[in-house]
Amino acid sequence: MRAFPLLLALALAAALTFLTLPVVAIFVNSSPGDLIDSLGEPGALDALWLSLRATAMALAIILIVGTPAAYLLATRSFRGKALVVTLVELPLVLPPAVAGIALLAAVGPSGILGGAVDAAGIELSLQTAGVVVALTFVASPFYVRQAMAAFASVDRTLLDASRTLGASEARGFVRVMIPAALPGLTAGTALALGRALGEFGATLMFAGSFRGITQTVPLAIYDRFSTNFDSALALSAVLVAISAAILLSVKLVQGSEALGSAPG
Amino acid sequence: MRRSTLASLLLVGIFAGCGDDVGAGETGRLVVSAASSMTEALTACSSDFSGADVRLSFAGSDELAAQIRQGVKPDVYAAANTKLPDELNKEGLLSKPVEFATNELVIAVPKDSRIKSVEDLGGDGVKLAIGSESVPIGSYTREVLARLPKAESAGILANVRSNEPDVKGIVGKLTQGAADAGLVYVTDVNAAGGELRALKLPAELEPDVTYAAGVVKGAKQPDEARAFVNGLTDGGCAEALARAGFGAP
Repeated sequence: MRAFPLLLALALAAALTFLTLPVVAIFVNSSPGDLIDSLGEPGALDALWLSLRATAMALAIILIVGTPAAYLLATRSFRGKALVVTLVELPLVLPPAVAGIALLAAVGPSGILGGAVDAAGIELSLQTAGVVVALTFVASPFYVRQAMAAFASVDRTLLDASRTLGASEARGFVRVMIPAALPGLTAGTALALGRALGEFGATLMFAGSFRGITQTVPLAIYDRFSTNFDSALALSAVLVAISAAILLSVKLVQGSEALGSAPG
Repeated sequence: MRRSTLASLLLVGIFAGCGDDVGAGETGRLVVSAASSMTEALTACSSDFSGADVRLSFAGSDELAAQIRQGVKPDVYAAANTKLPDELNKEGLLSKPVEFATNELVIAVPKDSRIKSVEDLGGDGVKLAIGSESVPIGSYTREVLARLPKAESAGILANVRSNEPDVKGIVGKLTQGAADAGLVYVTDVNAAGGELRALKLPAELEPDVTYAAGVVKGAKQPDEARAFVNGLTDGGCAEALARAGFGAP
């Protein structure tokens, strides 16, 4: 059958055109000069800086908590594990508006834990901390999922060998498992980073939109959409460039296999 | 109920950014792009519209105007001001706009709030959510603040914690307790189902809020669109607007 390979090629061509055309259109419409000009505009740099800071904080939380959690899920079996994994992965498929509503209902000022959060002297809504919470909520499953797969695929005899040599499990985790799972962990970090940078709906609903405090790049793009489409395009181009750079650097660091075989 | 409405509206708002949905007008289907402050009123009356099956798309007026400028073609555009329809008309994208309703800008506060007047908005620790500068509600708000003494308006602006892209965002922040007060239309307070209270602005501060609508050039259903626009001043939708608290132009 010669038709089948042709069909495959057509499908790939269709997918490629559909996926790249909108991205290409952003750059067709904004020259490098426009890009630089748009960054000099009030609010644009604030948004970029805030996005980077909030994303970095969210990623720190995700890595510190997510790595051991993923390790546990990957290396132990226990009753209800499937349920736990499903719950951890759930934000992956939640629409951003649902994430926003859910965060408000949970830790918003009138949420079920709102009183406790307030009593602890923490202010989340309309604050940068709220942005970090929203980003962490939507992005962490991307990392945890990937990290679980990475730990699960590490040859257990490596860890067992370190144990036989007298290393504690904690030591084995840090010295053996993490280095062995590193390509997968890096891929997970990149996915979570991309998701966090692009977060929109949950941030707007839970944290609001204020320049320098809660207005991340996607929110700044939305704010400009109606009044200054060119500037919205230029900010979008910056986001595309950053995201592409992240993806590319991960691929370069670990070779294309690790990301290519990554699930999800 | 209210929460699910808010969620669906925000979803609409988010997906409105993707745009093309609005342009998919088919035979017998009238696509109406309307300012989100008319959500409740127009949803209530549009099913009674006899000319066509009405499909409503709600978002910020400015955002809907931006979509039309980007080539999206709903049949009717109904905005929360006269400026945007006038601009679109000058650009040849909209028929001569018809003024069909007025609204009133008020201070909205949760029903048990201690805030009583404009002066209280500048108080210590008061958190305000207002409209973003780019949307009508935000420009009306800044118009009001500009009429206050400089120090007072600066104090109020310093308390702003969020510049929301539409009225629903402000109302949501207030009903969720994230903000203490905001400036919205009186109709939004009415639509919030008793959770919010409206504080009237002093007459000398009140901006003139007039809504205008027109038929989009190139509309697929121009006759039905014309009938729908006329129905906003006289008919089921005019009554629904009055019930929601809108004034006659």
